[in-house]
Formats: sequence, C-alpha cells, structure tokens
Amino acid sequence: MIPRHLLISVAAMAVLVVAMGIYAGRMRQRAREIAPEAETAPVAAPASGPTETVTLYVADDAAGLLRAQPAKIPLPGGRQQRAEELLRTLLRIYQQPGAAHPLAPAADVRSIYLIDPGAAVIDLNAAFADQHRSGILTEQLTVNSLVETLAANVPGIRRVNILVEGKTRDTLAGHADLTQFFDVQAVGQAVAGQ
Amino acid sequence: MPSNTTNKILVLALAAVALASPATPAGDQQLSVYAPVATYTLPVLERSGHVYVGLLELLEPLGRVSSESAASSWKIRYNAIDGEFAVGKRRCRIHGRDFDLTAPFQVENARGLVPVASLTTLLPRFLGAPVNFHESSRRLFVGDVAIQPSFQLETGPLPRLLLNFSAPVNPTISTEPGRVRMVFKHDAVVSPGSQSISFDNKVITQANYSESNGVAELDVDATTPLLASFSNNGRTITLAAAPTNTPNAPSTPASAGTANPPTAAPAFGNAPASAGRPLAVVDPAHGGEERGAALTDNLAEKDVTLGFARLLRHELEGRGFAVLLLRDADTTLTLDQRAEAANRARAAVYIALHAVSQGTGARVYTALLPVEQPSQGAFRAWNSAQAPALPVSRSVAAACVAELQKRQFAVHISAASLRPLNNVLMPAVAVELAPGNNDVAALTSANYQDQVATAIAEAVASVRDRLGAQQ
Repeated sequence: MIPRHLLISVAAMAVLVVAMGIYAGRMRQRAREIAPEAETAPVAAPASGPTETVTLYVADDAAGLLRAQPAKIPLPGGRQQRAEELLRTLLRIYQQPGAAHPLAPAADVRSIYLIDPGAAVIDLNAAFADQHRSGILTEQLTVNSLVETLAANVPGIRRVNILVEGKTRDTLAGHADLTQFFDVQAVGQAVAGQ
Repeated sequence: MPSNTTNKILVLALAAVALASPATPAGDQQLSVYAPVATYTLPVLERSGHVYVGLLELLEPLGRVSSESAASSWKIRYNAIDGEFAVGKRRCRIHGRDFDLTAPFQVENARGLVPVASLTTLLPRFLGAPVNFHESSRRLFVGDVAIQPSFQLETGPLPRLLLNFSAPVNPTISTEPGRVRMVFKHDAVVSPGSQSISFDNKVITQANYSESNGVAELDVDATTPLLASFSNNGRTITLAAAPTNTPNAPSTPASAGTANPPTAAPAFGNAPASAGRPLAVVDPAHGGEERGAALTDNLAEKDVTLGFARLLRHELEGRGFAVLLLRDADTTLTLDQRAEAANRARAAVYIALHAVSQGTGARVYTALLPVEQPSQGAFRAWNSAQAPALPVSRSVAAACVAELQKRQFAVHISAASLRPLNNVLMPAVAVELAPGNNDVAALTSANYQDQVATAIAEAVASVRDRLGAQQ
C-alpha cells in the first residue's frame, strides 16, 4: 500500500511538470515572435581598422556623371585590403534600393592585385558583368567610378585593368572595352570634362 | 636519338592534324549578294547535307519585308509579293504559284531557311528581276551588276599591267613573293572570260581568276615586286614593276586577315568610290549573332543601329559625302574587321552608331586613350591608332553636340573606352541614341531618327575642311 502523502507528492510534481512544459512552450513561441527575420542585406564592413574619411566617386545615370561623395569607413592597413574594402563600400551604394546607378545584388569584387609600379588589377565576379546593364554610358560610368575611387584613395595607381572571374573579358556588357589597361590620368580628364 | 624520334613523331602528328582540319571553318561560310541597291554578305548554314540561308535576311536590304512564323508554316511578304512555306516540306507557294525547293524548308529561331541551291528560281519570283548565282562560290548577282575586268600589258624596261574594270572597284590587295593578290569582297567582279591568262612578258607572266566562299580573287604573277595604284575613279588598277633602286618604295604590305592587323594604311588602297568626295564610314554597331543591348523583348540594338545607319547614309550623301556602310544587313563583323575596313578605305571620318533603352536624347563619344602616348616611330600601335586624329574627332563631336542642341535634343558628350574608336586612323565618333521618357518606341520613330541623322550629317559637313587632315 502506497502511503497517501507519497501519492499526493507525485501528483503535485506531475502537475508541476505539465505546467512548466506549457509555460516553456509559450515562452518559445513568444521568443520566435520577437526575434528579427534573417538578415539578407550586406552586413556592415567586416574590415577592422581605424575609421578614415575617403572619397567615393559615385555614378549617376540620369546626370551622366560621377559625384565625389565622402564616406567614413574602417580601413585595414594593407594597400590591397584597403583597395578591396573601398570598392566593396562603393558597390554597397550601388546595391541599395533606388540607387542612381544600380548594380546587381550579387555583384562583387573578388580581389584586387596591386602591381608595382602603378598598376592595379580589379577582379570582378561573373554576376557583376553578366547582370550589368548594356550601354556605352552606363558601362563607362561603372568603369570610371571604379578607377577614380581606387586612384583617389590608394596612392600610386596609374593604370587599372579589369578582369572578370580572373580572366580578360572583351567588354563589360557589350560596350566598354576591358581588354586594355585604363589610364588613370585619361579617365580623370574624361570625368572632369563631364 | 630518342629525342629525334620523338620530334619526328610530333611533326608527323601535327601534319596529320593539319591535313585533317578543314581549310575553312564552317562558321565562316558565307554568301555574297550584289544588287544595284546594296552589296552584302550573309552567313550560310549546313543542315542535313544542304546549305541554307535566311530568306528574310536575304531580302531585307532589297526592299520592304516582313515575316510571320506559325507552328508548321512560315510566311513572308516582300513588297507586295507573298510567299508561304511549310516547315520540313519542299513545296512552297510564291505569289500564288507552287514551287519546289531543292531541300526541305526549315525554321530556326523564327528564321525561315531556304536552300541556296533554290535561289536562282526562288528569287526572281520575289524580285521580278533576273539573278545569276555562282553556286559553287556562293556569289549572287541581282540584275545587271557584274563588273567585267580586262587586261592591257604595256611592255618596256618597267612593264605595267593595266586592269580595267567596267565599274569602280575597291579590292583588298596583298603581296607575297612573286604574286600580287586582289580580293574582291564587295565588288561584283566576274571572270574575265578565262580563269588563267598568260602574258608574253618576262616580268609580268600570268593572271589567274578564282572565286570561293563569296569572294572573287585575281592573282597576278611576276618575277619582280609590283606596285599597285588606282586611277580612272577606281576603274583602273595599274600594276607596275618596282624600280630596284627606289629606297622609299612601299614594303610588302600585310596580307588581309591578319589576326591583329597593323594600322599602317594599305600600300595600294584608296577610296575609289568617293571620286573626289570625302568618304564617310558609317558603322552600325553589333549585328548577326552579336545582338547588342536588348532594348525590348523583340527589339535588339543591332536592328536600330542598322535602320538608323541607312538614314544617316542618305543624309550624308545629300551633303556631298561618299558613304561606306560597314554592314548593310544582319551580318557579323568583329571589331578588328570594322577598324580594318575603315582604315583600308582611308575614310575621312568614321561614325559608329549605338542605341540604348535608358536615358534621353543622344550621347556623343570620342576615344578614351592614354594621355601620354609612347614614342611610335614609323608605326602606330593598334590600340592607340586614333591618337593623332583625336583633336579633329573632338571637333566632330563638338559639332554634333551643337547641331543636336539646335534641335532641342538633350546631349551628353564624353570619352569612352569603346572599340573600335581607338583603332581607326581617321577622325572618329560614336553616337548612342537614347529614347527619352523610357519610351523605347521613340528609338524607331522616323521623326526622331530623321532629326538625329540630319543633325549628325550637318555636323560632319560643317567640319568637312578639317577631315582628312590626318590622312
């Protein structure tokens, strides 16, 4: 015969377990409701380093020109990492909704190689070129924006070549010639004349 | 010894591969059409052992043409003549009469393909004019356009051979030891009567005529180097033995078709068709397999540029220019081929035409070249051949802007890294048409195109005196 006080204790504990289970389920549901949705937009600059003021040359399709736009971003110390971070910051502007010169959300800079004396090679991903809009003006603005931003913030660059997925590509999207190095001085003069 | 054996095997293997390879890749097969209104080339396709050509593309430069594709039939209207074809069948109906093709009709990507062997009987029904088709060489002559050559040998210490043609010609000329080769791609030159003509001369010995793959070729054999010159408004080519003590005689020119052609002007070429008028080269960008920007689902940049180029040709001719359209049909041309054609023609000005679906008005571009040009000596680098002409190019561009602004167009002017602007020797600009208000239909509006074409032609005419200064 089980003592009566023991039966009462077991029953009380069972009620407590059921109550705690219900409470935990409700808490989990509430936590799910409060939690933000998964972040799909690009996260903040992953680079670490002191925040610097840089000048980005941002294209405006409607006006057909580049606008110098100051920005404060953390930049790493190495020249190559600095150059990559600069262009990724520039791309994030073009990937915002309503951008004046929209680029594909998946467009990215794979890497930048700085070759002395004075040459920079920008390696873009396939989405950058494949999903770029076709037209002389829009393609040239993209090229000018990359070249000017790089040259303005990474000292010593005089010539820039653009690759796509590590290979030479004839044109960006049917017009802008990517087979040659871009002369920074010539691009600067063209931009100044717009 | 083992290495010698290996080398021999390697050489034999390479030779076997070379012999097994076709002389001309299938993708380069073409058909040339010579008609009073246009001369053009089209790609041909091989299907089930038969050679086909697109009927719409064939008729398009010759008149108003439209087509309609259904599941099992394909209709075409050329001017007022209707044609109906059944997919996979030989029987077709043209202007109410039945007709049998030499091979089944085919449709690919809504393009109606007819066997080229049927063209001699098919085309007269559409055109109402006789055609003469050289089937083995795929050269099609519409109407009385054939250009007949004749030979006149002048003997002496430095003998000369005069090649007289019944109309102006502009062949690509190259030399190789003991031979001058003239390739007629855009001229309706036909056989002089005999495939081979021997001359009773120790210096200029023989001339041979041949045709293949849409072009005619005339080779003149000689025992000493020959110099070529044009006269009689391009109707006469004179081949003369070069004096052996002339230090400045032109060196052997590069042969046509060089992969990366030099920019030096061809040793013998000029622009015979211009007859004293400045020659403008108009280049409708893209074409053939290269569609350019997709302006809408059904409208490609290549089609807008071609239509606009024909209008611009008309406007320039009305202002005293001879005009060479680099393509007058939906054909594929590489950027190097475009630059090479303009350079060989020794044009006074080069105008590339583009179109885009966004933006407003018109954009005018000159070449974007490095600021400091390397010392080039006697030769010019292919990628910066435009440099000496760039100041005049900018004048042409400025004149275009002024004329467009007079007509209330929004205009953007800039430098662009756009080939082949940097490869051409003469003043060169590119014009990009933009629709405005995102209404792409405006690009094909006759009023819009007329106004822009008039403005550009006026602009080019206004700087006529400065053109050709770099030649």
